Amino acid sequence: MTEKHDHTHETNAGSSEIRTAALEDLLVEKGLVDRSRIDSLVERFEHDLGPMIGARLVAKAWLESDFQSRLVSDADEVLRQENIRGGEIEHVEVKVNEPGIHNVVVCTLCSCYPWALLGLPPAWYKSPEYRARVVREPRKVLEEMGLSLEPDTEIRVWDSSSETRFLVLPEQPAGSEDLGMEDLAALVTRDSMIGVAKALSP
Amino acid sequence: MTDLEVLDSSPAAPPRDNGELIFEAPWQSRAFGVAADLVASGHFTWNDFREHLIEAINEWETLETSEQQSWDYYSCWLTALEQILTTRALLDGEEFETRATHYASRPHGHDH
Repeated sequence: MTEKHDHTHETNAGSSEIRTAALEDLLVEKGLVDRSRIDSLVERFEHDLGPMIGARLVAKAWLESDFQSRLVSDADEVLRQENIRGGEIEHVEVKVNEPGIHNVVVCTLCSCYPWALLGLPPAWYKSPEYRARVVREPRKVLEEMGLSLEPDTEIRVWDSSSETRFLVLPEQPAGSEDLGMEDLAALVTRDSMIGVAKALSP
Repeated sequence: MTDLEVLDSSPAAPPRDNGELIFEAPWQSRAFGVAADLVASGHFTWNDFREHLIEAINEWETLETSEQQSWDYYSCWLTALEQILTTRALLDGEEFETRATHYASRPHGHDH
């Protein structure tokens, strides 16, 4: 807010800051809203949705190869067993990154996304540019997003739909072999599960 | 649960980073919270609000370039909130303008 230090700001009834304060106070006085409820709603929406559920699945898959096999062969069944539901989970497929193969997810039509696993999609995921270009020139787009892949790595682009959502299982980073579930999950970023980044290094 | 998905799956989705909402100034989070509280207490739904929000965003987008302020999602949000509240007679437009003008004339340091 660059106009914050502008002195005219203080006398401008049209400023968003002033109008929001006036609006909130009036609604509080009328009993339509409650300040402490507003506080807790803001708090909840700021922090409760995120990629943690997906990150824990990935960490568990790194720890237990049997769990990984089941996750890849029938993610829906695993999600049921893990009691993960809600959001828009319909049918989920997990795509495994391995040396020489990199997976990346897009929704070319709109912004289909595994909400219940990854929280809410980032703005760029919904941008027309990402949706169009990652299919056409994935290597270049990934590079622009900071992920350089070996020239001989095959890039597989998965187009989500309202029926099928994809989760990328990133490669486990070197040096993380001795870590436990929580520490591993902290390395698994949202972007690594969309396939536009690698998991963090410990 | 006041489910924001209806907004998040539309072009009027609030900006987020790694799933978390981004507020660039305290008033933005207040404007968000006021709307969320009104939805939570059933005064309107996110769907209702979305229509006004999309309208406000469209209005901004059709302004002449010279009249456009730099893009600010939450100023559209605030416009939408004002409009849905006055449309539904939850807020009196005149009373609101009077209050805003009053706050604007307060000495420095007395606004929130």
